[in-house]
Amino acid sequence: MINDACLTLNDGEILQIEGPNGSGKTTLLRILTTALQPSGGEILYQGQILSECQFDYLSNILFLGHQSALKLTLTAEENLSWITSELPGSISVLNALERVGLRGYSDIPCHSLSAGQQRRVALARLLLSNAKIWFLDEPFAALDGQGVKFVEQCMERHVNGGGAVMLTTHQPIRMESVRRYSLVDSSDGEALDA
Amino acid sequence: MPESNRGFSAYFRRDLLLAYRRRGEVASPVIFFVMVATLIPLGVTPEPDSLKEMAPGIIWVMALLATLLSAEGLFVSDYKDGSLEQLLISPNLLVMPIFGKVTAHWITTGLPLTLASPLIALMLSLPSVAYLPMMAGLALGTGCLSFLAAIGAALTVSLQKGSLLLTLIVMPLYMPVIIFGSAVVQYSIDGMAWSGPLAILGAMLTAAIALCPLAIAAVLRLTTIN
Repeated sequence: MINDACLTLNDGEILQIEGPNGSGKTTLLRILTTALQPSGGEILYQGQILSECQFDYLSNILFLGHQSALKLTLTAEENLSWITSELPGSISVLNALERVGLRGYSDIPCHSLSAGQQRRVALARLLLSNAKIWFLDEPFAALDGQGVKFVEQCMERHVNGGGAVMLTTHQPIRMESVRRYSLVDSSDGEALDA
Repeated sequence: MPESNRGFSAYFRRDLLLAYRRRGEVASPVIFFVMVATLIPLGVTPEPDSLKEMAPGIIWVMALLATLLSAEGLFVSDYKDGSLEQLLISPNLLVMPIFGKVTAHWITTGLPLTLASPLIALMLSLPSVAYLPMMAGLALGTGCLSFLAAIGAALTVSLQKGSLLLTLIVMPLYMPVIIFGSAVVQYSIDGMAWSGPLAILGAMLTAAIALCPLAIAAVLRLTTIN
């Protein structure tokens, strides 16, 4: 249950949603990605009501949830090229896997990878996506220090390029430009503006 | 943006690849189909004349059960691993991906059933004139069954054990298919023109292709949104 949440996400901004377990962080992200229907309130995208620019909005978002949307019987490379609509064996996919530290794992079925490695495959999407708004739900889960650093670098590059990131995490982020929004003591209002 | 611009062929190819990776699992409905039909002559009667009487019905009931057996997994794995969510928030229409998935389901269940059916027909001592009509009927009919089962699979996607409920939901919808499907075989045994019921099966399949993906898309949104 989230009541009276009001937040704005601007270009070049990282917004961290905070709150204890069960406070609705994931729910909020799922509402904002239209995977859930809010029982009230409005989502505005570039000043327009979402239903009027849904295609535009959905074409510009990337959502990475708890579930990584990987098919365990497919290899890392097949999964990534499928998710990102790249051709199988394309250089950019192999390149992305290399950059997330999975060089040499590209033809291993995902069920043989560790949880952290699977997470890295999912996160490699960030390198290949040209979506403007990223919604990352617990992106650091199961990642080691190096992986966390990688995600932070990705986010930094993304916001420097004019993108925006909204993420939920319990870990402190070692970045300067992070704005925080807490779901516990939220002020009233109902416009969710992206 | 090309990222989510995927339609029929992407999902069709991926589901076929997934099925290929776990071919043992995919083959089990066909094995079930053949095994159960083998039990009939053993359990009921090996008498060719009485078997011939029952054969059309048995073949179709088995085909129905075999498609139901595999239908549950149509959306469940996508739901569990989050790819269904990614599909639902993609900017494109849901209809083509769903069409691709159901077609892949038919390729992996309906088509092998159709190809395996002469084996069963042999065991049930079906006259050889009925083989071709039976296969034609099964090819069209199992297509309908796949589309209808997909509606049930979409309705039960978020349930823990949805298979029994799926069966209850879908079974009544299967009745027209089974009636006309076994009529095709029966007509051909009796030496009558069997193109009539076959044409009705074809009409049902075209209607299913046109309407079921729309229903499935709506149902998937409904079942996953809350």
